[in-house]
Amino acid sequence: MNHLKQLESEAIYVIREVAAQAERPVLLFSGGKDSICMAHLARKAFHPGKIPFPLMHIDTGHNFQETLDYRDEYLKEIGANLIVRTVQASIDAGRVVEETGIGASRNALQTTTLLDAINEFKFDAALGGARRDEEKARAKERFFSFRNSFGQWDPKNQRPELWNIFNGQKKKGEHFRVFPISNWTELDVWQYIELENIPMPSLYFSHKRNVFERDEVIYFASDIMERHPHEEVAEKVVRFRTIGDMTCTGAVESRADTVRDIIWEVAATRTTERGTRADDKRTEAAMEDRKKQGYF
Amino acid sequence: MNTKIENTSNYDVEEYLNKELLRFTTAGSVDDGKSTLIGRLLFDSKAIFQDQMDALEESSKLRGEEGVNLALLTDGLRSEREQGITIDVAYRYFATPKRKFIIADTPGHEQYTRNMVTGASTADLAIILIDARLGVLTQSKRHGFIASLLGIPHVLVCVNKMDLVDFDKGVYDKIVKDFTAFATKLDIPDMIFVPISALDGDNVVDRSERTPWYTGPTVMHHLENVVISSDHNLIDFRFPVQYVVRPHLNFRGFSGRIPSGTIAVGEEIVALPSRKTSKIKEIVSFDGNQQEAVAGESVVLTLEDEIDISRGEMIVRKNNLPRVENKFEATLCWMDDQRPLDSGTPYIVQHTSRNVQGYIRELRYLIDVNTLHRNKEADTLKLNEIGRVVIETAMPLFLDPYKNNRETGSFILIDPANNLTVAAGMVRYASSRTESNRDDLMFTGASMNIIKENVTVTRAEREARNGHKGHVIWLTGHVRSGKSTIARGVAQTLFEQGKQVFNLDGDVARHGICGDLGFSERDRRESVRRIAHMARLASDAGQVVICSLISPRKEMRDFARALMPDGAFTEVHVNCSIDECRKRDKDGLYAKADKGEIPNFTGVSAAYEPPVNPDLVVDTEQQSPKESVAAVVDAVKDKL
Repeated sequence: MNHLKQLESEAIYVIREVAAQAERPVLLFSGGKDSICMAHLARKAFHPGKIPFPLMHIDTGHNFQETLDYRDEYLKEIGANLIVRTVQASIDAGRVVEETGIGASRNALQTTTLLDAINEFKFDAALGGARRDEEKARAKERFFSFRNSFGQWDPKNQRPELWNIFNGQKKKGEHFRVFPISNWTELDVWQYIELENIPMPSLYFSHKRNVFERDEVIYFASDIMERHPHEEVAEKVVRFRTIGDMTCTGAVESRADTVRDIIWEVAATRTTERGTRADDKRTEAAMEDRKKQGYF
Repeated sequence: MNTKIENTSNYDVEEYLNKELLRFTTAGSVDDGKSTLIGRLLFDSKAIFQDQMDALEESSKLRGEEGVNLALLTDGLRSEREQGITIDVAYRYFATPKRKFIIADTPGHEQYTRNMVTGASTADLAIILIDARLGVLTQSKRHGFIASLLGIPHVLVCVNKMDLVDFDKGVYDKIVKDFTAFATKLDIPDMIFVPISALDGDNVVDRSERTPWYTGPTVMHHLENVVISSDHNLIDFRFPVQYVVRPHLNFRGFSGRIPSGTIAVGEEIVALPSRKTSKIKEIVSFDGNQQEAVAGESVVLTLEDEIDISRGEMIVRKNNLPRVENKFEATLCWMDDQRPLDSGTPYIVQHTSRNVQGYIRELRYLIDVNTLHRNKEADTLKLNEIGRVVIETAMPLFLDPYKNNRETGSFILIDPANNLTVAAGMVRYASSRTESNRDDLMFTGASMNIIKENVTVTRAEREARNGHKGHVIWLTGHVRSGKSTIARGVAQTLFEQGKQVFNLDGDVARHGICGDLGFSERDRRESVRRIAHMARLASDAGQVVICSLISPRKEMRDFARALMPDGAFTEVHVNCSIDECRKRDKDGLYAKADKGEIPNFTGVSAAYEPPVNPDLVVDTEQQSPKESVAAVVDAVKDKL
């Protein structure tokens, strides 16, 4: 078996373990490549049956339209059951207060919406597409990551994970975040997409777009983001390496328009994909702080 | 920048698809340069990105350090950065054109034995760092012990900081000698040493000009080339059922990942614990059904017959069963810092996909991880302590010794009060066979270290040279039924055909390897166990082994069969009535048994369980010795 087949087999094993051990699992689906791979793996895990749990999208309201179109089409095709919860509803209900001004983002607000949804549906395991290679704090994340009844992560008090044995025991109100593709890298994901011929949202491929630059990150010049007067909008040929909320997802200049081109580009590239994420740049330990609070 | 990157980087997509995966763990102590070595491997293999490098330079500057501190790259969590030490297992990834690597980076302090055990549990290889200035310290030995305990097949010892001892060959040689001497007490099948400077990069990726006396591989070369394909157990098919896929009434599939062995459509299987049998109907996968599946694959199996099998049960081959036990011995590493081992707690034992309740019935001894000394007076295990225990479970488990099978020989204990994972366990042997006081032999590896082919010349290679397969012919029957006579005849015939042959006779063994054993039920079982293991070793060495021993119990013969690879065992019942046996008995053994002078004599004062379904029955009352020999030779001719 080559390493991609081994990683696939490991991910399927973990997904099945969730279906077997949890009572009410859910797969968190953002429309990004990692969660699309997750949905694909879940399909494989239960073939010829259907995925025996719903998918859930936490919509910040600042998503790219392409992402939403792709989401609806892909999930219809695979016959999955989708739940959508919006940050806007959390704002309207007074659960969170919207950031304002330049640099405002709803990214951090998602955490509340997510935890509320987990409580609402009494989910006890939320599958996510996070990978350990993305960021330093994630390098120590478990496959089965325990969350207390406040949805929080305690990095100093994690259950040791040995062999392929996953301790999914929990009390009422506690839940797990489970990361089946923990051991994959960005390159592995793209290679797998190529190998499995999985359709991807158009945002990942090279296209013309009006953008502006801030702190060395290229952003889409949408109506949602307020700009300084000196931040000039220009049309550039770009693609996105990650897809998330428009306010924190940066583009790269690229002419890669096929999966193979992207693989070559990723193999040759010199910055991490989270390097295009503004949310990690706030402090050196930014990701760790957000994860402790219950972020994805 | 805004140009399409053409495929000029020699980046071959097909090549990438054919990479092997190697998981390794690194163990080192504070300041022996472990993080620096990992940083160096990542940096030199270009797995570090520019933005990570920039962030690193900035952090190093803030801490007032000169140059880039590669160690900062791997010290992930904020609390660790504050303390300047690594406190948890962190996973790192890099790839070269040959392999993808997963590093489980673990801290080396004594109090973090827990983390080292965790990182080691999935590793194919362990890197142990030794500071050249300090030589082999207690902690180096501890790392070696844990690598051995967790069954890591390959160990790479890096003698680091060679730059600080002027690349002195004498210093290096002494460390190699000292550590090798220590490692003879352990069970490490493959070990090599490399003199390095992680800081400067000597012998890490590129060969150093400063060690002209060193001719072995660099660290990276060894990581890329060490042979791992033969580490997996491809013999014993085990399939713990993980989840039952049942989309509609006409489909019932059993999903799981195969931990060991192979399986093909049409093969006979037995489900445990029900012992119901069936055949494999289909091996289902999303990409189309398969004819066969091997260890490591996640598949769905369907069966010819409708058998009710649930999660936690196991599908195995009919002639190769694990032990089904509710009492067994294990080595435990205690992982909980709050509560020590408690004999009154009904722990949850999680083994493969099976969860059962279990009590720790006995703590035999605690092992000092630094000296390997056994403390039999210990009454509990605390965090980071390792000990040998006897566990009894409410329901049976389907076990293999850890040495044979890292997946079906491992388990965790969960405290039911707080759901924490409190211990990691490795099955050493099932208890029904360890009641004797000889468990020391088993611990030091004298028991089952034979399934894995850790030798340089493999069974397959020997078989190829011999022109026939290794095999075990097992002759069972009453005293004087004619077993030994037939065994000699079969050996002679096969030898004349150019086969490598080897006789193991129960009576002969009593003068040597079983000379310390008597005739109690337990000693008889031990005697069979030893002969079965010798047969396995000799057949692994390519021999056709002809065993002749009463082996009166079905359980004993099943044990022998289970020890051999599928198809490499032929059970022959040498059948002869007791009356005829008595007539042939010129030495008067039966007469002595009648008088009670020989206790537990089969057929007189102990029962013989005839084989239910042997591969062959020879009737020595009806057939001449010559005919019996011919029948046996004929029965194995297609199997050799």
